[in-house]
Amino acid sequence: MNSFLQLKKNLKNDFSNLKIIKVAILGDTATQFLTQALKGLGYDNSINLEIWEADFNQIERQVFDLSSELYEFKPEIIIVFQSSHKLLSKYNKIKPNQHVSFATNELVLIENIYSNLTNNLDSKVIYYNFTEIDDSIFGNHANKTESSFLFQLRKLNYELMSLASKKAKLYLCDISSIQNQVGKLNFFQASIYINTEMVLSIDVLPKIASKTIDLINALNGTFKKCVIIDLDNTIWGGIIGDDGIENIQVGGLGIGKAFSEFQDWIKKLKNRGIIVAVCSKNTESVAKEPFEKHPDMVLRMEDISVFKANWDNKADTIRQIQNILNIGFDSMVFLDDNSFERNIVRENIPEICVPELPEDPANYLEYLYELNLFETVSFSNEEADRTRHYQIDTERVKDYQKFTNEDDFLKNINMLSDVQPFNKFNRPRIAQLSQRSNQFNLRTVRYTEDDIERISNSNACTTFSFTLEDKFGDNGLVCAIILNKENDKTLFIDTWFMSCRVFKRGLEKFVLNTIINFAKENGFVTVKGEYIPTDKNAIVKDHYVNLGFEKEQNYFSLEIQNYQDKKIYIKIKK
Amino acid sequence: MGRKDILSQINKIFIDTLDNSDINIEETTQATDVDEWDSLTNILLIVAIEKKFKIRFTSKEIQSWSQVGAMIDTILTKF
Repeated sequence: MNSFLQLKKNLKNDFSNLKIIKVAILGDTATQFLTQALKGLGYDNSINLEIWEADFNQIERQVFDLSSELYEFKPEIIIVFQSSHKLLSKYNKIKPNQHVSFATNELVLIENIYSNLTNNLDSKVIYYNFTEIDDSIFGNHANKTESSFLFQLRKLNYELMSLASKKAKLYLCDISSIQNQVGKLNFFQASIYINTEMVLSIDVLPKIASKTIDLINALNGTFKKCVIIDLDNTIWGGIIGDDGIENIQVGGLGIGKAFSEFQDWIKKLKNRGIIVAVCSKNTESVAKEPFEKHPDMVLRMEDISVFKANWDNKADTIRQIQNILNIGFDSMVFLDDNSFERNIVRENIPEICVPELPEDPANYLEYLYELNLFETVSFSNEEADRTRHYQIDTERVKDYQKFTNEDDFLKNINMLSDVQPFNKFNRPRIAQLSQRSNQFNLRTVRYTEDDIERISNSNACTTFSFTLEDKFGDNGLVCAIILNKENDKTLFIDTWFMSCRVFKRGLEKFVLNTIINFAKENGFVTVKGEYIPTDKNAIVKDHYVNLGFEKEQNYFSLEIQNYQDKKIYIKIKK
Repeated sequence: MGRKDILSQINKIFIDTLDNSDINIEETTQATDVDEWDSLTNILLIVAIEKKFKIRFTSKEIQSWSQVGAMIDTILTKF
């Protein structure tokens, strides 16, 4: 991790080509260094954080005065950093008989801050939680005494989590876990605090900035979706081809505990919706044997979406995996104990994240915990099903190879789509897809669940969602459309995004037929679309032209009277 | 370690921390003599010096320096 000075030097670099994100920082202690660290680390993440920093200790004034600079700035993200030291000062000043309700009252204030911000701004709020201070007034008895500061602080942290789980735009940045990791002596330097009102040590600033930017990246749709694992000496000890299934170390044998716990971690990631793929230099049947037969293996074949064991160059194998999964290299993590393989992959596929696993497998987990690779801003049951979807994809690719042309293949797989307006059942999935879709996304305007609800209740908007199933399985909801009535004649396609799972099935033609039918029935003459380029959506650059739209300056338009229904192999699910 | 050694070490820290290779401090140098040396960067200098000499300044010491020489006086008391 770069030091604060290195991050500070980044500030002299050219930010002009980087994506701008407007961020406001409100703190009750001095936050200048934090601002510099965030801005500098932003550069390393290819984002230009345009930061507005409130004057010291102005949280309430900025939030409750609607004419304040904060509201004028209109940030996309607001970071609120209330320090535990200020919290303690507040606790010290109130009457002892009020201590017992301290956390409850603070939470009311935080909830007020949140509602004021989100009611008056279209922003997401990142709240730093509270690092622990034990004022040692009660000793261990603080844990048994509700009015103690430690009790109230921990209660507040817990209640904050509970609040965040209910408020869609409230995200917690867990700086308390950073203090746990580095220790309070490294997190906080009393002499500096006394002289400057700064509560973060210089050395911990990069860690705080990193944890914050992980969250900002995830809010921005940049996060990891897949972990690719090596086998020998990565998920078990020893070499399966040489040592045989009885002698590999997993479970009770040798240092097998390290590998079993590592597998537990991979399994939990899989359950959370991270795709797990295997890339190993092995004979396939030999490599699969432990997954099928070893009693102590935690990971089983059904946990693995793509299993590649061969003797090819690993960079080539990972390209094959990418081809099947159809997700960006930058959303993949590759874990391999062998530094030679790591370097080959790094050199050939620079976008992929390749952690420098420690030499001792006992340290794998602590090291990976610290990297916080799998930040996310959403979790739903649908995500947990992802492995199954990708396993089905692997089968589909196999089946596809049997047909000589695409039309024959599509005709034979019995595709059905359920078309529905946005409703309370599909809104969470639509919001999630809006956050995640990078490739097939024409305008990449991200909507939260609140936004989706607002849109589905608006008279000016018409919405469609599409599921897609075929004989191999159900992909669930994979595409969403938002149409805006621009005037009596023109219908504008505000949003068109589609999951990369269902590329090349003709779903886009089916969707267009649906849009045109609606437009016709409601007396529109023209349908208008727009393509806003990003780093990732080049795949839909010619989307509208391919569908028969005419390019007109920055827009694409289609005259409805000339439209002939596209040939499709998808039927409407009744 | 003598005063001269300490001064030259501190000079290196100033150059690196303030990102200005032209800096050449002396015992009589004050914050007003160096453009980049303000109350904020002062903290970075203190932390860097603490690390370099493996010492910790007290909060009172941090407040007390009017010039570089006084800083060196304090460092010398730590060995």
